[in-house]
Amino acid sequence: MIKLALFILFLPLFSFVFQIFSFRRFEEKKGEWVSVGIQFITLILSLVMLGMMLSKSDPNFSLELHQSWLDLGIFKIDLGVYIDNITVIMLVVVALISSLVHLYSTAYMAGDVRFSRYFGFLGIFTFSMNGIVLANSLFMIYIFWELVGLSSYLLIGHWWEKESAANASKKAFITNRIGDIGMFTGMLIIATVLGTFNFQLIGERIHDGMWAANAGMLFGGIDPHKLLTVAGVLVFMGAVGKSAQFPLHVWLPDAMEGPTPVSALIHAATMVAAGVYLVVRIFPFLTADAMATIAFIGGLTAIYAATIAITQNDIKKVLAYSTVSQLGYMIMALGTGAYVAGFFHLVTHAMFKGALFLASGSVIHAMHHGLHHLNDHETDPQDMRNMGGLRTKMPITFGVFMVTTAAISGIPLFSGFLSKDAILAGTWAYAANVHDGWLAHFHLAWILPVFGFGAAAITAFYMFRLIFMTFYGEAKQPQIFRHIKESPKVMTIPLIVLAILSLFFVFTLPSVNPISDHGWFTTVVQSPESAVTTGPAFDLEHFEHGMHEAHVPAMVTSLLVAGLGILLSVLVYLLNKISAEKLATKLGALYRGSYNKWYMDEFYINGIIRPFLKGCNALGRFDLDFYDHYLINGWGRNTKRTSKGVGMADDLIVDGAVNFAGIIFQWLGWTLKFVQTGKIQNYLIFVLIGAALLYVVNVF
Amino acid sequence: MDHLSSYLVLSAILFSLGLYTVVTRRNAVAILMGVELILNAANINFVAFSKFVTHNLDGHLMSVFIIMLAAAEAAVALAIVLNLYNDRGHINVDEANALKQ
Repeated sequence: MIKLALFILFLPLFSFVFQIFSFRRFEEKKGEWVSVGIQFITLILSLVMLGMMLSKSDPNFSLELHQSWLDLGIFKIDLGVYIDNITVIMLVVVALISSLVHLYSTAYMAGDVRFSRYFGFLGIFTFSMNGIVLANSLFMIYIFWELVGLSSYLLIGHWWEKESAANASKKAFITNRIGDIGMFTGMLIIATVLGTFNFQLIGERIHDGMWAANAGMLFGGIDPHKLLTVAGVLVFMGAVGKSAQFPLHVWLPDAMEGPTPVSALIHAATMVAAGVYLVVRIFPFLTADAMATIAFIGGLTAIYAATIAITQNDIKKVLAYSTVSQLGYMIMALGTGAYVAGFFHLVTHAMFKGALFLASGSVIHAMHHGLHHLNDHETDPQDMRNMGGLRTKMPITFGVFMVTTAAISGIPLFSGFLSKDAILAGTWAYAANVHDGWLAHFHLAWILPVFGFGAAAITAFYMFRLIFMTFYGEAKQPQIFRHIKESPKVMTIPLIVLAILSLFFVFTLPSVNPISDHGWFTTVVQSPESAVTTGPAFDLEHFEHGMHEAHVPAMVTSLLVAGLGILLSVLVYLLNKISAEKLATKLGALYRGSYNKWYMDEFYINGIIRPFLKGCNALGRFDLDFYDHYLINGWGRNTKRTSKGVGMADDLIVDGAVNFAGIIFQWLGWTLKFVQTGKIQNYLIFVLIGAALLYVVNVF
Repeated sequence: MDHLSSYLVLSAILFSLGLYTVVTRRNAVAILMGVELILNAANINFVAFSKFVTHNLDGHLMSVFIIMLAAAEAAVALAIVLNLYNDRGHINVDEANALKQ
């Protein structure tokens, strides 16, 4: 199984090497099918692994292989592969979405200027994502964490001629870096106290009390429990960046400048879920306080992003904010302790959000073709206000959109219902179980279920708004509409596959009960016990009991709110009973706030980036005028003067001595050269004289 | 004639004659002949010491080597002399002082 995993890890890297180094050589010869083939091989391998795992059906199954990478004597860093049920499921998700996106891209990206480079970058992305999934230590996760960041940067900036795309890629990279600083600091704290990066060892050592013993001593008498909270939250900061959580979410909507299949693969299904995956991995050593922080950040993100998604008109922007909101859900679930639900939502979301993005890509592709026919380069093919009535022209895309929208809105019979319901039940149970501490004041913990249900209602509303604006009503641009046609098979097949995987029974087999998530998934994925022994930690038994109780009320409420959202959407956008414009003017400030993303970007630019740049400029001037001019250049001038003096001394004394020696030998040579006649017989006479002299000296 | 001294005297005479030839003659071939005389003087010394002092054949052996070496040396030297002649049209050593410059 380890061997299979290593194959899955390194095959996409081969795809990258092939595409980059063969560059244009195979471009006309269908070179992209090599990458597609490789991806499908990894898909088959990962499905084999899934089969092996399911035949075991052991919740505690795990394998580890590690190899010393850096040995500093007192401190060793191992790199290695850790496989458990979660790893296998993630590998299947990554391989599946990646291979479908590869297939889809062969048509979507056809004729692109940097076609083979695109496939190469998809390859290195898949490699790095598999690396994150298989990593056995924080350190290895961090390496691949940066690698997915890099591939994300490269792919967002795929069309770097467009200034917005170039800026978006920079924004994504830099925003992620802020989160990564926190993650790295957290990692270092953990490694300092425990002497290891390995997940398994960290868990064991915390459980054995090593943290409580060492932390205070190493960090100046700090309370070990507080330090563990800090370390957990710091590592979680990495997830805040990568999974686009508030307040570092701003890069994800801009990342939609990349090609749509990339948005589906990286910015919806896999890379952004890496943050959630990281929280899954560090889950056993999060303290109760760290988990509460995580839950609140997730909850805030979920509702915050959902409110923005309502008013966006760009089809991909709506989906982007919806992704941010759903990621918030997963993070909130993990924070409240609903471990299985959070990871379950990650998997179901990967399927239906991947499908949604690919379907929106299909719509954009069609719009693009329509505009191309008209030689129109002004109209935005992604703006939903230019669409409308597409369902008759693109029946397959429409069908997929319906299925996946139902899934994301939490309608029964679809996968999203099960996972979302589990998350909401988790928040409910969490709030109901809080009796002491700061969360109990003013029933603060009840904010989480309110956020959760609110976001669920809003999600249902804006997703159906998207459908109604795009596929129903009359065509708003009839001349484009005439040229719209369904996308080719290589694009629709991935859509259909993902739509089927958004049905509920995929995750609940062998049992088929649309309102219960019992099945293979809940058998193999089970919440780990908390390893934290230094203070209040997550209480698994208590929580699961609470979740069981909250299951039915949460389900009823979530159905109600989702129904409400859909109903409102139908009234406004399908039947036009309520005018959207009037509603917008009536809500005034709220509408503008949502439309402008609550001015978060403006806040960053005016509140942080501008003052920061000003400070940088001031420091730069200080550097130039004071530091450079007086200190560096002054020092230079002094050195020059000293050098001159030293140079003169050199000329007179040292060189004088050398020249004097030279002159002596010149004189000697000049004098002695008369002896050298060049006649052999003269030399022979000198030898004779010498011999005679030696004889005389010897005898007397 | 059974005394070591008579051999030594002979060899000394030979050596002196050789040396005189080498130092005074201008002709390169004559100088080479002088060198041969000197070498043969050494040969006589070797054989004489071997016969009267050490009573073994080491000296004889050495003189055979010297004869061989003299032949080789003559071959090389004559080649040089031939080149000198080709170059200058004469074989006067006192005019072959290009080393001086």
